Amino acid sequence: MLMIDCPHCGVRPEGEFTYGGQAHVPYPEDPHTLTDEEWAQYLFYRDNPKGAFRERWVHSAGCRKWFNAVRDTRTYDITSTYVGAAPSDTNTTQGAQS
Amino acid sequence: MSGHRLDSGGVVDRTATRRFTLDGQQLEGFAGDTVASAALANGVVRVGNSIYRGRPRGVLTSGVEEPNAFVRSEGGYGESMLPATTAELLDELRLTWEDGIGTLDQSVDPAEYDHMHIHTDIAVIGAGPAGLAAARAAAATGVRVTLFESDFALGGSLLGRPNEVVEGVPAAAWIDDVREQLEDAPNCRILTRTSVFGSYDSNYLTALEKRVDAPVKDGVSRQRVWHVNAGRVVLATGAFERTLVFANNDLPGVMLASAAQHYLGRYGVLAGDRIVVFTTNDSAYPVAADLAAAGARVTLVDSRAEAGVDDPASVEVRHGSVVVEAVGTDQLESVRVAAAGGDPTEAQEISCDLLAVSGGWSANVNLHSQRQGALHWDDALVGFVPSGSVRDQALAGSVTGTYWTDGVVAEGVAAGAGEPAPLSDAERAAGSGHTDALWLIPSPDGEFDTHFVDLQRDETAAGVVRAVRAGMRSVEHVKRYTSISTGLDQGKIGGVLTIGVLSQLLGEHDMAAVPVGQPGQEEDTPAPPKPSPGTIGTTTFRAPFTPVAFAALAGRHRGELYDPARLTPAQARHVERGAEFEDVGQWKRPWFYPQDGEDLDAAVDRECRAARTNVAYMDGSTLGKIEVRGKDAPAFLNRIYTNAFAKLPVGKQRYGVMCRPDGMVFDDGVSFRLADDRYLMTTTTGGAAGVLEWLEEWHQTEWPELDVFFTSVTEQWSTTVVAGPRSRDVVHKIAPDLDVSKEGFEFMTFHDTVLASGIPARIARVTFSGELAFEVNVSGWYGEAVWDDITEAGAEFGITPYGTETMHVLRAEKAFPIVGQDTDGTVTPHDLGMDWVVAKKKKDFIGMRSYARAGHVEEGRKQLVSLFPADKELRLPEGSQIVATADAPAEPIDGFAAEPIPMLGHVTSSYRSAALDRTFALALVRDGRSRIGEQVMASFGGRFFPVQIAEAVVYDKEGARRDG
Repeated sequence: MLMIDCPHCGVRPEGEFTYGGQAHVPYPEDPHTLTDEEWAQYLFYRDNPKGAFRERWVHSAGCRKWFNAVRDTRTYDITSTYVGAAPSDTNTTQGAQS
Repeated sequence: MSGHRLDSGGVVDRTATRRFTLDGQQLEGFAGDTVASAALANGVVRVGNSIYRGRPRGVLTSGVEEPNAFVRSEGGYGESMLPATTAELLDELRLTWEDGIGTLDQSVDPAEYDHMHIHTDIAVIGAGPAGLAAARAAAATGVRVTLFESDFALGGSLLGRPNEVVEGVPAAAWIDDVREQLEDAPNCRILTRTSVFGSYDSNYLTALEKRVDAPVKDGVSRQRVWHVNAGRVVLATGAFERTLVFANNDLPGVMLASAAQHYLGRYGVLAGDRIVVFTTNDSAYPVAADLAAAGARVTLVDSRAEAGVDDPASVEVRHGSVVVEAVGTDQLESVRVAAAGGDPTEAQEISCDLLAVSGGWSANVNLHSQRQGALHWDDALVGFVPSGSVRDQALAGSVTGTYWTDGVVAEGVAAGAGEPAPLSDAERAAGSGHTDALWLIPSPDGEFDTHFVDLQRDETAAGVVRAVRAGMRSVEHVKRYTSISTGLDQGKIGGVLTIGVLSQLLGEHDMAAVPVGQPGQEEDTPAPPKPSPGTIGTTTFRAPFTPVAFAALAGRHRGELYDPARLTPAQARHVERGAEFEDVGQWKRPWFYPQDGEDLDAAVDRECRAARTNVAYMDGSTLGKIEVRGKDAPAFLNRIYTNAFAKLPVGKQRYGVMCRPDGMVFDDGVSFRLADDRYLMTTTTGGAAGVLEWLEEWHQTEWPELDVFFTSVTEQWSTTVVAGPRSRDVVHKIAPDLDVSKEGFEFMTFHDTVLASGIPARIARVTFSGELAFEVNVSGWYGEAVWDDITEAGAEFGITPYGTETMHVLRAEKAFPIVGQDTDGTVTPHDLGMDWVVAKKKKDFIGMRSYARAGHVEEGRKQLVSLFPADKELRLPEGSQIVATADAPAEPIDGFAAEPIPMLGHVTSSYRSAALDRTFALALVRDGRSRIGEQVMASFGGRFFPVQIAEAVVYDKEGARRDG
């Protein structure tokens, strides 16, 4: 049971959240200019790194707001949670204990 | 008879007698006994027989690692497979030994089980010397401490060594002293009889408390699951002693050395008079001394040429010797002892009634490993030990491989105070002395089929040999091939024995086939590595550490409390009408309303006829309803739905389909335009929450610049459908101010009005049955009242309620799809025959790009069609497969077809149509629309039935009935 630091509500248990997959994968500006392969990349392909991963969560049983987290996929440590664009490392806010 | 209770000694309460029945025999013990200690005190030697081979067995251990001694407890709960070694002796227990397998009590468990959720700064797991020291040190810092101990008493292994000196005082006094300090500390909670069985991310722990001391009455739970959020965890979980692998090592009378000492020191029970202690390490020496001091004749057989401690007084010691065989018919009578490394047939016989074995120690790393805590094999300790602790955890005591009391106490103090571990690996090994790595002891007759490695699973070294001969190399494969470690004890003793035997059986050439990734496996070894437990590794440790009843996990979520029941405002009326209900998500929806003993088919037939020829009404309140509001609501809906919503006039409604970016249908429903900046969207009943999340996701993460917000109003509105050629008459009666004529009330519009009863209502003309129909929407508070209004108004017309089954049939006749039944996430609007719902002129909407993908443009997509079985009364099961007539075999198939038969599609919905007076089905079939008129086969149960493909809509193809 991860303890996740919702940027709006504070630290809450994992069961209150829904996972949203990789973060910072925007809906393409104009899908109609993409080839089938490029569109399939957006639809079906996501990164799966061993290590730090930027991912989305939504606080379904709380504020119902989406936010992002940096989580190590080996240890499950969440090092930060934030809203919006991926910050540079110096700007990353502190997340919860994991 | 061997075991007996001494006149004094132990921490049992000799003033509190406990009577119990064991296999029909009436016996007595004391408060503070376990079933095993009391049985041994009464001279009981044999427990249940082994599970497969029916071999006599005895008590091996004094703890959770017990593989032999299981009892079934009769009484309120026929609870099976209770380890006798941990079962608290209560008064008037009625027990029987079980032969390695339990029996399920078929009666309903009347007991209550509950759950508690707590936060604690420090969780200390285990109240042996390390855990007690840790809890004391932690409590002294003022933080919240919770101490978990699975036993009913504190002290752990120290309870068996009451005279050992700890911090200057005898162990028994030390335990009492620390317990008092902890009980007095306001920031410390002690949970005994509470076993931590799961360890998860963020130091979330689960533990099972057996509330044996709680009063047995209503409202008091029998067992409690604790959910613990801990800031830090101290694992002081101890270590398990191992037995050794020699012929007949499963005879009753063979016991762990530490268990023999524990029965003596804690319970005052001397388990034998003529005892042989067989050891590979120093830890059994004090055991031999204690047993001799209690009056037994003790012979110590040490596999090592030299020990690290002096020979105990009054004990005959044989160095460099091993027990090669335990001898006896139904219980131990003697052992045969030969030279270590010598010929096992050249053995001396020693008569004995107890063989106390110490084959080394296995640190109890289960909880550490559940968190992927690293392990490594320590050649000096001959065991897997942790390689450092998990983040925000600390390890203390024999779980680290520290096997002397001062050491474990020092580790406990450091761990509790949050200080670095005081001992190095080298110090640990030095403190424990030398242990022989003695795995497969040679057999006098050359056979290994009584050299047990897993007593509970009745598996021997011969089984491991068989597995290796069959090509198994990974310890995970050996485990599954032999079932070793899959029993109730989960291989707490047998696991390492098996790995040790395996390390002797595998050659270097075999190691190339041993995969990496097991806990405890060395990394960066030369390839191929030499076979050793460290290069083989151990199997994955999983929760629960000890068994947990499903009832305990369920807690209060049983029966009516299993899931919330969502009820509509008119629920009472449906019950009064005798409705049968079905669950749609958490909603209870009337399924059909049987009259005069009707079954489902008869009721549905009548309800369908009523809806198509007269008037009928249905509770539609469960559909999801979401208000979409804001300046940009029109633009937002245009992006979400495949069809156009931005220009929908106020006062009108439109059916919309919602797809995912991959173009597949994900929900549908009708949306009303209430104002320029306001819509009321409806969704499927089951999809409501998911759609709301979907809208929020797109708005928050992709289009935050759009001015729009969403409110769930599913429960704020109650909806009653009035359908059928005479529905107009009924609606006119309840809403006299409304022009419900064909000209005055257009299809797909809505009007606000006040009903004759004074209730404000929004009435829409929309149909899911294809008949003329109206939906009467009122505030949820008035749902029951409006149902009554309609009941009364419709009485003169013979209005009848209809349920979800009829609703399904009527919409299927019109080929209106049900998302999740006729779709499965791989179906597009085009597949459903709904090209018309996909806008051609939009710049973009979710899913649009996917329709240009090759896979959507090509032939071969499954399309929605209807099927008519040649047998007019044959109702195809939903899910039946569709195959080409030429591919269907002549005879029914029993089991598997000789060759795979290509599947053309499957049946999604199947009913009997009252309107057509025959059965029909909806199906998704490859190129279905091009196959209209073809005969194909529908298959289920190994049989094949001819069906004809037809247009999806089977009734009222022109759609004329909706105007009444």
